[in-house]
Amino acid sequence: MSEFLTVLAEAKRVRDPSGIAHAVPYLRAMGIETHLEGDELVCTMRFSEPLIGNFAIRALHGGTLGALLESAAATTLLWRALLDAPSMDDLVIPRVVSVTVDYLRTGRAVDTHARAIVTSAGRRVARVRAEAWQDDRDRPVAAAQASFLAG
Amino acid sequence: MSDSRDADGSDDARASRDARDDERHDGEQAARLRRIDDAFTKAIPYNAWLGLQTVEAGAKGEGRIVLRLPFRAELVGNPVTGVLHGGPITAAMDAACGASVFLALREPLRIATLDLRIDYLRGATPGVDLFCRAECVRITKQVAFARGTTDQGDLDDPLAVVAATFMVFRDQGSVLAEGMKRS
Repeated sequence: MSEFLTVLAEAKRVRDPSGIAHAVPYLRAMGIETHLEGDELVCTMRFSEPLIGNFAIRALHGGTLGALLESAAATTLLWRALLDAPSMDDLVIPRVVSVTVDYLRTGRAVDTHARAIVTSAGRRVARVRAEAWQDDRDRPVAAAQASFLAG
Repeated sequence: MSDSRDADGSDDARASRDARDDERHDGEQAARLRRIDDAFTKAIPYNAWLGLQTVEAGAKGEGRIVLRLPFRAELVGNPVTGVLHGGPITAAMDAACGASVFLALREPLRIATLDLRIDYLRGATPGVDLFCRAECVRITKQVAFARGTTDQGDLDDPLAVVAATFMVFRDQGSVLAEGMKRS
């Protein structure tokens, strides 16, 4: 079993997805962490200077919000697939097909959180809605709709 | 074709002057590309973090750009297959589409992404650089529209296609204005 699958198996065993983000190179490099809030998986992108896109108004690069939303959608689906899989041999890592990102507000130079809701999950295709917020969960900075292949 | 003759009328003299003109033209093109690269990739922290490089830019007002996204292990999303995460591709295409709009504008104005759709046609081949090509297809008073594709060197085998829209702030100058005013 690959190192990554070992991490996933351990995350499932302890019912805690926080190890998953550390095992994905891009998420680790971006400072994106995963944790559970109740049953809901939340991704948090810790602010750091390289995430800036507009240095005059100190705004996050829009691409970082897109990346965070896609990460929340993908890890939420992966976590669900992991919990549902009878064994690690049955696990299929979801593959992203398309993402549409709506930029709603300027992302400020602070930590950003994202969560995702699986709106439909068939045998082959899953559709996910994700949203990202900063201090106020009711004032999202960006939202996304994504489709994944899961089989 | 020009009818004018060189002072000494010889083909050799004309050829050598044409070569000097070509060289000066190439030099100006390279300097312009460097200014565009400084403004879009080096001056924008996240574009610099991604390692984006400007490899081609359309003529002034043309609204076309090609950025290279060098492959690196930190950008991998699937550690089992080594395939890149979609995040850096989305971010690089956002940057390329935004740059294409900026190059199409008559004056340097602030722009912001309204929405962006990306279709992943295939996974990126591990270890190979990406080329993010974008073109501004229309600018209206308040909104600009861009299209783009991502490939790994073969234009006929794209791995992603993108459509993005941008808000154009007619009353706000861009932070890139200083570096870009001569381009």
